[in-house]
Amino acid sequence: MSIVLGFVALVAVIALTWLWRQGVAERPWLETGAVTRSPSPGGQPTGRTGLGVFLIVAGGLFALAGSAVTMRMGYADWFEMRLPRVVWAGTALLALSSLALQAAVFAARRGDGPGLASWIGAGAASMAAFLLAQGLAWARMAETGQGLAATPGASFFYLISGLHGLHILGGLVALARVATRLRRGPGAAAPAVALCTIYWHFLLIVWIAMLAILTGWASDAAALCRAILS
Amino acid sequence: MIVAACLVLIVLFSVAFHLVSPWWWTPIASNWGYIDTTLVITFWITGAVFTAVVLFMAWCVFRYRHKPGRVAHYEPESKRLEIWLTALTALGVAAMLAPGLVVWNRFITVPDDATEIEVVAQQWFWSYRLPGADGQLGSSDVTWISADNPLGLNPHDRFGADDVVIDGGDLHLPIGKPVKVLLRSVDVLHDFYVPEFRAKMDMVPGMVTYFWFTPTRTGEFEVLCAELCGTGHGYMRGYVLIDEEAEYEAWLGEQLTFAGLPAGKEVQVANTAEPIGGSDP
Amino acid sequence: MSSVSEDPDTGIPPAEVPDLPPPHAHGFWSRWVFSQDAKYIALQYSGTAIAIGLVALVLSWLIRMQLGFPGVFDFISAEAYYQFITMHGMIMVVYLLTAIFLGGFGNYLIPLMVGARDMVFPFVNMLSFWVYFLAVVVLAASFFAPGGPTGAGWTLYPPQAILSGTPGGTQWGIVLMLVSLILFIIGFTMGGLNYAVTVLQARTRGMTLMRMPLTIWGIFTATVMALLAFPALFVASVMMLFDRLLGTSFFMPALVEMGEQLSYGGGSPIVFQHLFWFFGHPEVYIVALPAFGIVSDLIAVHARKNIFGYRMMVWAIVIIGALSFIVWAHHMYVSGMHPYFGFFFATTTLIIAVPTALKVYNWILTLWRGDIHLTLPMLFALGFIVTFLNGGLTGLFLGNVVVDVPLSDTMFVVAHFHMVMGVAPIMVIYGAIYHWFPLISGRMLSHRLGLIHFWVTFIGAYAIFFPMHYVGLVGVPRRYPDISASFVPDSVATLNAFITVAALTVGAAQMLFLFNVAWSLARGRKAGHNPWRAASLEWQTPEVPPRHGNWGDELPVVYRWAYDYSVPGAPRDYIAQDDPGHRASWSHVP
Ligand code: HEM
Ligand SMILES: [Cu+2]
Ligand SMILES: [Cu+2]
Repeated sequence: MSIVLGFVALVAVIALTWLWRQGVAERPWLETGAVTRSPSPGGQPTGRTGLGVFLIVAGGLFALAGSAVTMRMGYADWFEMRLPRVVWAGTALLALSSLALQAAVFAARRGDGPGLASWIGAGAASMAAFLLAQGLAWARMAETGQGLAATPGASFFYLISGLHGLHILGGLVALARVATRLRRGPGAAAPAVALCTIYWHFLLIVWIAMLAILTGWASDAAALCRAILS
Repeated sequence: MIVAACLVLIVLFSVAFHLVSPWWWTPIASNWGYIDTTLVITFWITGAVFTAVVLFMAWCVFRYRHKPGRVAHYEPESKRLEIWLTALTALGVAAMLAPGLVVWNRFITVPDDATEIEVVAQQWFWSYRLPGADGQLGSSDVTWISADNPLGLNPHDRFGADDVVIDGGDLHLPIGKPVKVLLRSVDVLHDFYVPEFRAKMDMVPGMVTYFWFTPTRTGEFEVLCAELCGTGHGYMRGYVLIDEEAEYEAWLGEQLTFAGLPAGKEVQVANTAEPIGGSDP
Repeated sequence: MSSVSEDPDTGIPPAEVPDLPPPHAHGFWSRWVFSQDAKYIALQYSGTAIAIGLVALVLSWLIRMQLGFPGVFDFISAEAYYQFITMHGMIMVVYLLTAIFLGGFGNYLIPLMVGARDMVFPFVNMLSFWVYFLAVVVLAASFFAPGGPTGAGWTLYPPQAILSGTPGGTQWGIVLMLVSLILFIIGFTMGGLNYAVTVLQARTRGMTLMRMPLTIWGIFTATVMALLAFPALFVASVMMLFDRLLGTSFFMPALVEMGEQLSYGGGSPIVFQHLFWFFGHPEVYIVALPAFGIVSDLIAVHARKNIFGYRMMVWAIVIIGALSFIVWAHHMYVSGMHPYFGFFFATTTLIIAVPTALKVYNWILTLWRGDIHLTLPMLFALGFIVTFLNGGLTGLFLGNVVVDVPLSDTMFVVAHFHMVMGVAPIMVIYGAIYHWFPLISGRMLSHRLGLIHFWVTFIGAYAIFFPMHYVGLVGVPRRYPDISASFVPDSVATLNAFITVAALTVGAAQMLFLFNVAWSLARGRKAGHNPWRAASLEWQTPEVPPRHGNWGDELPVVYRWAYDYSVPGAPRDYIAQDDPGHRASWSHVP
């Protein structure tokens, strides 16, 4: 459970810092009158806070899945995953997709309408290609004797890539809705594109973290750290 | 008035119930009197807190109930009071936790001279295995389980040949000798629970868990399953008999060893638990 | 840190959420069915939760009938008994308590108490309810599925949960349960985003965090915890569904069931337990923290006194919320996990007792030197303190690892958690309903009927669960349809019969409550604008009950905390949060 505990600790630190800045040590009964402090965290728009909270939930979900993997690894029948190569190609597509959306954000900031549209198109296309690559990876694994119930590592791979894929589908739906708003000009779509981009980066980071855990790099790295520390 | 009186009555009822009701733990039959002692300490501390807090509340309700003209006192907080209360509470908590942890340490530290025995659970009865003359239990695995080998002993392990296998009968143990009880399940979670011994532990398929104790009283003690294991859970019973040394040896002499189990002959599953029809218990 | 100006006219920043009118609701459908108004969603949530909760109540009668009079009721076989306790437990914990506190009270009170027009994402909020509704339907469907509902216990421990020795294990029961839980979590996440973000973003001008009523603190913290904890149940449910339907071995070791080798291998039931309790323990506080918050407000209003030690109460809520993520394995002391964990988890568990105890002290210190009006909400609050204190103290037995060894999985545990998370939060729910019913409906609930309801429920519930501890102390295990055993004296059967009679009486009293609600809706005394003379914002709406959009033309501005009761020198014994009145003009200001 160490992964999820680390995650919860991170959330706790963020939350407590924020609470402290909001003045939880004040004596409210002495402080009557109008207040000039802005109510929302950092004065940011609602959508951004909403996304932030959602990312904490989704991050927790994957942290838990990761914890489940590391706990399950401790049992005798675990052996290292052999991932089909197409997974790596897919990961590159995912990274490209992230970059494309980042470019879209820049385009929106410049007020470059056509650029924005084409970068969004590129982001969506590469993301769809990533999903396709994941599908191919599933097929490949099934062919090579790593079916769903064959090994625990394979089971986790299907489970986690499936959950991740569902999150991507949700993201694509959101991006499609944003695209319909493009007609109203780059300025109108810019905040929503920025939110999608944050989400895209999140999906990339989560995927890389999950790969690291599934392939055992994460535990190797942890073991190395422990060796260095002790 | 009525409310305050009722609160006082609740305290009186609770204390009286605790003191005079006939319902209390079973007389202990193991060395785990420490656990009982910790439990009694906890009862005293928590009982005192409950009584004090509810009585104070009753007094507040009585003294400060609304009357025309009453005005509540204005006091947002009192740091000093809160610090005192925190400190006192922490002290009380420490007074329960410290003995608890000390006893837990004993509970998980098995003495070197403890005899290992094994309890095997399956839906819904108990089986046992005692080490033979070599004093060692042979290895086992669920994949070895068959009608001839109900506990899944490894037939190639020489330590296992002289193990005494009690499939479905009662377990006997000699008084005064510490035993480490190894717990194994072949299907689902179970929990080997004898109220008089105080100790218990889940049995998890795929793992061997354990606890240890020293029997301190002869007699017959009922074994129950304390982890939900399916429809027959409530009827998964058995007996442990604590014997004087001589009786124990006599009983042990009559038991079959693994090697002595006639291969091919169907092993009679003598189940002392009630038969489980599944549909009408 | 603070930047307070005494002049109400300057320096007020504009609200962060633009003050737009909320989506319109004209017709029957958009108002009552697909409503996006948090107040209606709250009523939908509460109605559904209470409806399915009644099923769980009836199940508790059946359970008690079997335990009190074993063998008398032939239709309660062992299978049926396990199905009853499983559905009873799961419905009560998840589908009733979680849903009513967050979906019900959260939806109703958050926008009103922080001065918002509605939740920030009203459409998602509506979806949240309908997904929850679907989850309840799926759950209820399992009663009619072949093989009936699952009998795996509310903890759903594998391997037995998905094997044939357990009712519903290889049929529909467990599948429907897991699907329903997954739906519930998805629905809850949609709602939870709303509750959290509304508190973060949509507080009206002047509503700083430290001016929020404790109700909001409790609901907000519980929501954040739930958003972090429910994913654990989600992951566990999905994994178990895979094990059950697709043959994976996440939780399933190699095993022999009824003499037959199954094709599972290598998995670990303990991993499930970790995931389950990583959700399960915070769940206790997800139910408790809103109750803590609400009861604080009930006590303050009805004792006409500010809640004692407000800051400590806030900190305690936050600390309890944070700590409750590192105590989960106190449910696993005898699970076979590494025994050294016992030291750690016993220590963290007993540390949590300290902030919890402080909350209890502060409730009582609020009563002390107050002006206690023994209204129904106050009575239920008193009932809460007694039962919560009792349950909290027995928690010290079970948290102290070695004391838990003999007590775990006995009726002592059942008595403990019913006191602390069954009876106590339900006391608060009732207190809250009696308190806010006038706001919701414009009418008071009948006091006379309410008194009967309170006394029967409070004394009755105490009579059920206090003696039950001693049944557990004797050694009677939980989840046993028939408790006769060599070490159990016959007198325990008498006690059990008594408990059953008490349980049936308490159950009947709840019907009285339902009658009271129905009758008062039509005939109750008109409540007027602010019948309890409460200072918090929800009572200061231009109309009571509040209209769509809550606040008329302009959002309120908040000038003080929610607890200005009996302030010396003030003209009345409360000052509403949106009352700019100048403190400087009163005498004897402390
Ligand atoms: C008058 C009301 C109630 C009565 C008489 C009652 C009675 C019982 C009984 C007798 C059992 C199980 C006994 C056994 O293990 O064999 C039980 C189990 C349980 N109850 Fe209640 N209960 C009531 C209300 C509640 C409430 C409000 C909650 C909410 C927290 C709740 C939660 C549970 C849970 C979680 C279980 C455990 C189920 C399991 O073992 O899997 N109950 N109840
Ligand atoms: Cu069992
Ligand atoms: Cu807990």
